[in-house]
Amino acid sequence: MTLLITVFAAVISTALWYVRAPESRMRLGTLSLMYWGASLMWLVDAVFEFIELRSDFFTPAPADMLNDAFLGLSAVALGLVVWIAIVLIKDPRNVLKGILVRK
Amino acid sequence: MACFLVLAAEAVVTTIITKTVKKKERELEANLSGAAEAKADEAPRIKLSQKLSWLNIMLWGGSLLLMLEHIWHGEVVPWFPFLTAAASAEETRAMLHEMATVGVCMALLVTAVWVCMVLAANAIVKRQPEPSEQEDKEFAV
Repeated sequence: MTLLITVFAAVISTALWYVRAPESRMRLGTLSLMYWGASLMWLVDAVFEFIELRSDFFTPAPADMLNDAFLGLSAVALGLVVWIAIVLIKDPRNVLKGILVRK
Repeated sequence: MACFLVLAAEAVVTTIITKTVKKKERELEANLSGAAEAKADEAPRIKLSQKLSWLNIMLWGGSLLLMLEHIWHGEVVPWFPFLTAAASAEETRAMLHEMATVGVCMALLVTAVWVCMVLAANAIVKRQPEPSEQEDKEFAV
């Protein structure tokens, strides 16, 4: 479930980056690469889990699925927080700089 | 248990390499600043530091999100020794085994995907007949 949610986040952020590139300076590429990195790592985790559990891997308990879904959503939220922090620190559109200079 | 540490270690190494490469590229650019004609004849290409930054983001971002998973499962704690598996020798052995198998596989897969990305990006750049003015922007993440 965590892997699925992260893959969806990676695909959506990549599609948004592709639509906006090259004019966009919102660093959506950074966000998508973060999610792709995490997706690849969880993919390896899933493969090892599958080797261990075999068919049981595809029939998780509802409580485990819910827990994994919460974890996946939390991972997506953390990725978004890191991304927005990078955008604000780098200030690619000079928005913050403009506001602070005006004051 | 602590597989994200393998990726974080790789991220540290690649970040140091990226900084060194970026510094060398700047020096090279400064030396070639006079030879603008030679530069104009060059085929468009993506800087190595730019390519390495893709790997850095994947490794840092991925290991950060993976660390969240470990905190979630109570495998990483905010007090010494920070990893619950480091409490006993037996668990430490299992942790090291996991790092050597799962962690190394993760690092290899991410690096392999990055190599594919670099090859694909090089092929795309070569495919374009006219270099775009916004070339740097296009590859910037």
